[in-house]
Amino acid sequence: MIAEHGVRIWAALARRRRGLAKGWYKYSRNSLSVLGLVVLVLIGLTAGLAPYIAPYPEHAAAYTNFREAGLPPSKDHLFGTDRVGRDVLSRVIFGYRFSLLLGIVVLSLAVPSGVVLGLLGGYYNGTWIEVLIMRITDVFLAVPPLVLAMSIAAMLTPNLFNAMIAISLSWWPWYCRLVYSVTASLRNQFFVREAELTGASRMHILFKEILPNCFGPIMTKVTLDMGIAILMGASLSFIGLGAQPPTPDLGTMLADGAKRLPSEWWSTIFPALAIVMVILAFNLVGDGLRDVFAVEEV
Amino acid sequence: MAKYIALRLGQSIFVLFGLSLLIFFIARVVPGDPARVALGNLATEEQVQKLRAEMHLDRPFAVQYYYWLKSMLRGDLGKSLYTQRPVTTDLRQYIPATLELILFATLISLVFGQVTGVLAGYFRNSWFDNLSRLASYLGVATPSFVVAILLLFIFSQLLKLAPSVGRLPLMVKAPPTVTGFMIIDSLLAGRPDLTLLALKHLVLPAFSLAVIHIAQEGRITRSSLIENVQKDYIIAHEVHGIRPTKLVFKYLLKPSIIPTVTVMGLDFAFLMSNAFLVELVFFWPGFARYAVNAMLSKDLNAIVAVVLVIGVTFALVNLVVDTIITFLDPAIRIQRRGG
Repeated sequence: MIAEHGVRIWAALARRRRGLAKGWYKYSRNSLSVLGLVVLVLIGLTAGLAPYIAPYPEHAAAYTNFREAGLPPSKDHLFGTDRVGRDVLSRVIFGYRFSLLLGIVVLSLAVPSGVVLGLLGGYYNGTWIEVLIMRITDVFLAVPPLVLAMSIAAMLTPNLFNAMIAISLSWWPWYCRLVYSVTASLRNQFFVREAELTGASRMHILFKEILPNCFGPIMTKVTLDMGIAILMGASLSFIGLGAQPPTPDLGTMLADGAKRLPSEWWSTIFPALAIVMVILAFNLVGDGLRDVFAVEEV
Repeated sequence: MAKYIALRLGQSIFVLFGLSLLIFFIARVVPGDPARVALGNLATEEQVQKLRAEMHLDRPFAVQYYYWLKSMLRGDLGKSLYTQRPVTTDLRQYIPATLELILFATLISLVFGQVTGVLAGYFRNSWFDNLSRLASYLGVATPSFVVAILLLFIFSQLLKLAPSVGRLPLMVKAPPTVTGFMIIDSLLAGRPDLTLLALKHLVLPAFSLAVIHIAQEGRITRSSLIENVQKDYIIAHEVHGIRPTKLVFKYLLKPSIIPTVTVMGLDFAFLMSNAFLVELVFFWPGFARYAVNAMLSKDLNAIVAVVLVIGVTFALVNLVVDTIITFLDPAIRIQRRGG
């Protein structure tokens, strides 16, 4: 009995490994996606190890040293210093922490809620539950997400945490719509019908039968959206509706640096490149995942 | 067709009603007293109480919403706490500047996007095609405010090719406002020199907004061109000896433009939200900058109005886009007539 169980686990692991190998083969055919993944891993490591990597970790906070203010890039300060004498490189490294944190928090709030609502809406297709959920979704989609996020962030008190809440609130409808359309198309498939007839619980049908079929599109969208969520976070703090100084957020750094253009260009251009790089990396990885899952679905 | 438009209008009105409820709800449940925010810390408690009563803040949520809806339907969106003027007056002043910017950006992205797409499709896998592919990757990953800052830095501050901020130079007196569009107003006032100045000021902000769309529309047009080029009717025309230019413009470009028009609704949403950031960088005295100031000063009446105006515009644009597609695409036209 135990041996048989062990064999089954072994076989399942082998199958999973073969699946992963196949997925990696499809993914790695696009060299840009591989490059994106490498950059992403590097950014992740940089953000994770920020206190050890950053040349001047204390510059990430409210530090001032006016004797070293506005210095151009040099050996001591590779990216130069900002208007109060803080090392721009150190702040960019810590800035990645906040960007990634924002992306992760936003998606871990928005994705589960959107997915659950989408599952319910799709499963109860044609009932008042579907009408209620999908009409509420429409209301949230009636203005561009950035505008909705900005208005909500403004009405709450502007800070990093509220910016995350605001972006999540304007983000879940997209997942709801995505999962809804998949679920509605699977609703009357035989495997769902059979589960219903054999008396499986609603929870089982929704999460064990239908949800796994949404996995591919959700994963792809999550990766692409990490980039967009980071972009929105940076936009909010650029306007002043997100992270507040002295938080080393890439958006706030840009807003601050832009006032010193063109003379102190380094305090703007380097954070700008940093934002573009992280978003680009997520987009490239997302494109690669799309290749992997799109083939799998057929 | 009329039935379809009526149905869509009905849906839009329902959704906008829901949107107003949502945004009004958020505006009222957040902590903080709007009356206190409006009057500032120096006001006495009595003054605050009086304003609370005037704004119906002391009544239940449903009653507040009823009063707001009633005056909204009469065209009264309340007073802006930031400018101390009726919100509708503010909107009328600021919307044309943003509209001018967005329409100009749309024009730029349509023209340049189509040209890029046709060239990239025609010279497939050439250096130009690869460059436009790279640009589209970068375009999606670059926030519009970064584009705006870079353009401002390079073309205005380094090369001194374009003016930096605003709609006209500071010293120049603006022509009398008729349409609110600086280009048209200056022509109406008989000042073509001002039109030229206004155009110069418009170029950089409009390009900051358009760059992303040029890259994307180029890619979309390219792929639909490549798809259509292999179709039988094109090959048949080619065999019959129709001139390549005629083939491209008459038989290839029309079906290939449909995907571009389809995404125009979404594009508009992007332009609208990116205008918030670009107007900030270029000190463009438009609707989006007004909105940002309202948001930063927690001006509830103005925020609610801003969201509603954008919702209404967004709904209208989507309706127009869908109608245009129906005219462009015979397949969809027949489908909708049947439905």
